[in-house]
Amino acid sequence: MESAADGPAQPRPSTGRPSWGLPFGRARRRSALSPSSRLPPAPRRTQVKAGAAEVAEDTQRTAFLLRKQWTLYSVTPLYRFSEAHLRDYSRLLSAFVAAEKKKGLAVEIGGELDIKVSVTSLPDLKGSDRDQAAILVQLSSRSSASPKNSEEKVIWSGWFCCVAGDELSENLPEAFTCLPLFLVNGAESNTAIVGTWFQKTFDCCFRRLSLSPFNLSWMAAMWTGCKVDKPASATELVFSVPRLPHPLHISYAINLEDAQALWATIQKTPGEITQEEVDVFMDCLYSHFYRHFKIHLSATKLVKVSTAVASAHCDGIIKFRQSQYLTGVLMLLTELAICQIQ
Amino acid sequence: MEQSQSSKTSKRPLQFRDTNQTDMSAWRKKGRTDPENSVLDHQPPNDQKDDNEQDSLEEAFRYFEEVQDRVSLKNSILQKHLTAVESVALQRGLPPEGFNVLLDVALSGKFGDAVNTRILRSLIPASVVPEDSVVSSVSWLCVSKCSGNVQLLFLKWLITVFDFIDHKEQLNALYGFFFSFLQEEKMCPFVCHLLYLLTRKENVKPFRVRRLLDLQAKMGTQPYLQALLSLYKLFCPELVTITLPRKMKAYFRDPEGPWKAAINTVRQRNQENTQVARPLFLGTAQPQSQKRKWNTQISIPASSRNKINFEEDREKKCIDLHSTNESFPVEQLQTFSQLLQNIHRLEFPSQMGSVLTNPLLLHYMNCFKDESVNLRLYYWMEQTLQQECTWCVVDNSQYEEEFKNFLETVYETECFLQEGFSSCEEFLYKSLPLWDGFCCRSQILRFVSWIPLRSSSEIKSHLYNPLAQLFFTSSLYFKCSVLESLKELLQNWLNCQVTRLDSESDSEVHSSNTTLSGLVNTIAELIHFVGWISTVALRLESNHTFLLHFILDFYETVCDMYLRYDLPLLIMPPPRVFYAVLLGMDSVNLNQLCYIMHRYRTNLVTAKENELSKKKILQFKFSNQTYQEYNKYLTAMVGCLWTSNVFQKDIHPQGIAMDDELLKKTEVPDFKNSFNIVCHPALMSYAFFYLQQAFPDNTTVDFSLIKGKEWNRYLEYLYLQGLDGLKVFIESSVKRISQASHSKSGNV
Repeated sequence: MESAADGPAQPRPSTGRPSWGLPFGRARRRSALSPSSRLPPAPRRTQVKAGAAEVAEDTQRTAFLLRKQWTLYSVTPLYRFSEAHLRDYSRLLSAFVAAEKKKGLAVEIGGELDIKVSVTSLPDLKGSDRDQAAILVQLSSRSSASPKNSEEKVIWSGWFCCVAGDELSENLPEAFTCLPLFLVNGAESNTAIVGTWFQKTFDCCFRRLSLSPFNLSWMAAMWTGCKVDKPASATELVFSVPRLPHPLHISYAINLEDAQALWATIQKTPGEITQEEVDVFMDCLYSHFYRHFKIHLSATKLVKVSTAVASAHCDGIIKFRQSQYLTGVLMLLTELAICQIQ
Repeated sequence: MEQSQSSKTSKRPLQFRDTNQTDMSAWRKKGRTDPENSVLDHQPPNDQKDDNEQDSLEEAFRYFEEVQDRVSLKNSILQKHLTAVESVALQRGLPPEGFNVLLDVALSGKFGDAVNTRILRSLIPASVVPEDSVVSSVSWLCVSKCSGNVQLLFLKWLITVFDFIDHKEQLNALYGFFFSFLQEEKMCPFVCHLLYLLTRKENVKPFRVRRLLDLQAKMGTQPYLQALLSLYKLFCPELVTITLPRKMKAYFRDPEGPWKAAINTVRQRNQENTQVARPLFLGTAQPQSQKRKWNTQISIPASSRNKINFEEDREKKCIDLHSTNESFPVEQLQTFSQLLQNIHRLEFPSQMGSVLTNPLLLHYMNCFKDESVNLRLYYWMEQTLQQECTWCVVDNSQYEEEFKNFLETVYETECFLQEGFSSCEEFLYKSLPLWDGFCCRSQILRFVSWIPLRSSSEIKSHLYNPLAQLFFTSSLYFKCSVLESLKELLQNWLNCQVTRLDSESDSEVHSSNTTLSGLVNTIAELIHFVGWISTVALRLESNHTFLLHFILDFYETVCDMYLRYDLPLLIMPPPRVFYAVLLGMDSVNLNQLCYIMHRYRTNLVTAKENELSKKKILQFKFSNQTYQEYNKYLTAMVGCLWTSNVFQKDIHPQGIAMDDELLKKTEVPDFKNSFNIVCHPALMSYAFFYLQQAFPDNTTVDFSLIKGKEWNRYLEYLYLQGLDGLKVFIESSVKRISQASHSKSGNV
C-alpha cells in the first residue's frame, strides 16, 4: 500500500465557472488539466517530422481503429502479464469464451471452437519506449456453412493501450503492466466475458471511463487547433438541457475555418494550450450563440464533441477520424484513465 | 389404525433405541469439538436462542431416527419436529450430520409424500453434504420405497447441492446405478444432468454410448441426451461417431427447487455471523441482479488459484527444480494448522480481493509484507468502492444494501488486520464532500476510525472540513456518532503509534515523513478539531447531556495519552466543554470530568517528575501553558465542589469569577454556597436523599446541616453511590489542598 500511500493529490484547479466534473472531481491530477500549460496532442514539430512513408505504414496498421465507435474503460495495472505469452493467452481465453457461451458445460482447451480468439500486440501504438505496446484482443467467428477455409469475421475487438503513461508506470513494481486504457467495439456480452477473464487472470479492475463536460471542452479546443489535410467536416458540439421532462439536445455546428480562426486568435504560444485559453474559446462560442438564440449554453451540459480529428461522447465513447492524431488523442485518454484509477 | 401402529412401535426391540442414543451423542460430541466441520459450531456458545434451536434440532433428529412407522402429517409431535428442522434449515442450514437421518427418513417411505417432500425441501446444507449420506440414499432409491415424485425431488436436490458434497469417489462408483435410472422417462432429464456432473473419462463405455443412442432413437433428439453424448464425445471421440449440433442454447433445464435461494441466504448469513473462522465455500456465484452491467457488481472473488499452464512450461517441467506443483493451493487451505504447515509454499489467490472473506489468508498477508500484494488489493478495493458508491454514482442508490454489506466486510477486515487501508482513506476523501450523512452512515463513520496515521496536511481539507459541515447541520445523534468514531480514530492512532515506537526501537529504519513530531502534530490536530466541533455543538444543542457524555468519552482517552501511550502530548478540553460539565445538572458527566481531571493530574505529575529527574532525555516537554491551563481548571473545580469560592477564585478568562457587588445584585441568598458538593445542581439530589436518610425526622430540608463530620459522612455516601471519579479526584487533588492550605499550584 505504500506506493499509493501519499493520498489523493491537490484539489482540482478551479476553472472559474461551474464544472460538472467526473464523479470524483477531486481526482488526482498532477500534470493533467492543470491551469498551467500542457502540450497539445500533436505538437507541430512532430507533425512536420513524420515522414510520408512512415505515416502511410502507420495508417495501414492502425486503419481498422478509425471510424469505429470505441467504448472506453480504465483498467488497473495487470499483474503478471507478459507479452511473451500472448499465444497462450489466446488459447486460454478461447476456451474461456467457449465455456462461458456454453454456460458451464465442459470444453477442451485448444479444441476447435466456434469463436476464435486472438491476442496480439500492436507495437505502433505507444507514445514512448517506456510505454507498454498496445494489446489487441479480437473475437472472430467462423461461418458455420463451410467450417474450413472460410473467412473469419471479427465480431468483437478490444485493445489495451498506454500512450505516455509514465505517471502511473514509473512507480509500479515490475510484476505489473501498465495498460490503463481499454477500448471496446462489439457486443457488451463479449466485453463481459473478456473483461472477466482479464480480471480473473491478471487481478485487474475495469471501469467505464466517462468524459466530463470539462474534459470535452478541452477536446473541443485542442482538436480544433489541429491541422487536417483533407477537407474536413464542421466542428459540432452537442449540449443537453438539464431538468426538463423531455430530453432536449442543442446541436451547435461551427465551420472548421471559423473555429480555427477563432482558436488562432486565442492561442498565445503555438504548441501549448492553457486552461484559460480553453475557457475563452468556449466562452466566445457561447456568447456568439447567445447573441443569436438568447440561450445561455453555459447553463447546459456539453455531451458530445465532434471534430475532424475525433469525436467524443460524455458516456465514454470515442471515434477516431485521423490516423496521424491517433496517438495524440490516446495520450489524452490515457491521462484520463490514469486519473480514474489513481 | 394409529393405535396399532404405536403398539407396534413399542413392541420393537429396545436395542434399536440404544444404538440411536449413542449415535446421537456421538454426533453431538463431534459437532461440539470439531469446529471445521460445521458452521453451526461457529456460533457464539453463550447464545441462548441458538442453544435452544440446537436442542430442538437434535430432538427432531432423534425423533426421525427412532420413528418406525407411518405417522399422519397431522400428528402434532411430527409437526413440531418438522417445523424445528425447517426453521433451523432456513436460518442457518443443517449440519452435515443431519443429512443421513433426514434422507433415510424421506426416502424410506416411512411417511407420506407430504412429509417426505417437506423434509427434502428443508435439506439446506450449512457447510457440506457428507458423501455417505448420499450413497445410502441412492440405495433407498434403488429399492424404490418412495413415490416417483419424491425420487424426482431427490434428484433435483442432488443436482443443486452437487458442489456441496464433500467427496465424490464413492458416488462415482455408483455411476452404473444412476445410469440405470435413465430408463425412467420422467427422471431421464435429471438423471442425464446428474450423470453429466458425475462423468469421468473412465465412465465412458461403448455399451453406455449404445444405450444413449438407443434412447435417442426412442425419445428423439433431446437436449439433455445430447449434452451427455457431447461430453462422452469430448472424452472419447472414437466412441461417439455421430455428429452433434455445435450450438445448443441450453442443455439442461434449471432443476427448480426451493434450495438455491435458501442456500445463498444461509451462506450469506453464516458468513456474517462468523467473523474469524469462516469456512470456504465451494462456488461463489452470489445472487446478482441481472440488470447491472458486467463489471459493476460487488462480488468479492473466491480465493482460488489461477495457474496458467503455458505450453512451454509443460515441456520444461522435467528440468525445472522450482516446479509449481510444490505450491499449496489456496482452495485447500481450511485450517490454521494447515496455514502454519504450508506457509512456505502458499500462494496468494489469483484475485487479491478474495482475502477479505478468508481470515487465514489475512493472517498470511499480515506476515507476508509484499508491495505487489498490497497494491493489488488497493486497486481492486479502490475501484470497487468508487464504482459502487451509492451516492457518488447515479443510479446506484438501489444497491445500497449490497454496498453496505461490502463496506461492512471491508471494515471487519480492517479490524482484523488492525490497520486501515489507504484505498478506504482515499475513498472517504473523495466521497465525503458528496455524502448526505445518511446513506450507509454507520459504515462510513466506522471507516473514519481506520484512517491511517501519517503526518500530512491533507486530512484537514479532506476529512475535517467536509465532516464539520455535516456535523453542524445534522442531528444530535449524528454528532454523537461522529464523536464516537473520532474517539476510535484517536485510539487507533495511539495504538499504531505505540507499536511504531516498539518496532522502531528494534530497528533503526524509519522514513523521514513519519517523524514523531509530525505524527504528534497530526494527533494534536485531531484533538483540536474535536475540541472545536464540541464547542460549537454544545452551543447548537444547548449543552445536551448525551452530547457531553460523548465529548467526555473522547477526553477520557486524551487525558491519558502520556502514561498509556507514551505520547508526549496532553491537551486540555476547551473551556466551553469544561464549564458546561462543571456547572451542568448531570452528575454522571460531572463524575466523569472529575475522573478525567484526576488522570490529567497523574499524567502531568509524572511528566514533571520525569522532566525534573531527567531520567529520560525528553524530546518534547509539555509547555507551561498546559500546566497553567490545568491549574486554572483545577482552581475552578475545587472552588466549585469543595471550598465554595468559585466566584472569587476562578481565574480562567472564560470562567465564572464575579465581583461580590455584582453577585449581591442578583439577590440570590447565600450565593457563596451555591456551588459545593452539597448544593451543586448535579449533586443536590444526592444531598437531599442523604438528608432524608441521616435525619429522617426533619421535615424541612436544611442543606446547611451537612458540614463538619456530617460533610465527611456525606462524602462517603456519595462514594457509595458510585461516584468513583469524584472520589479519586477529591482524594488526589482536594485533600492535599486542604491539608497543605491551598498550595495546589505549587504541587503540580
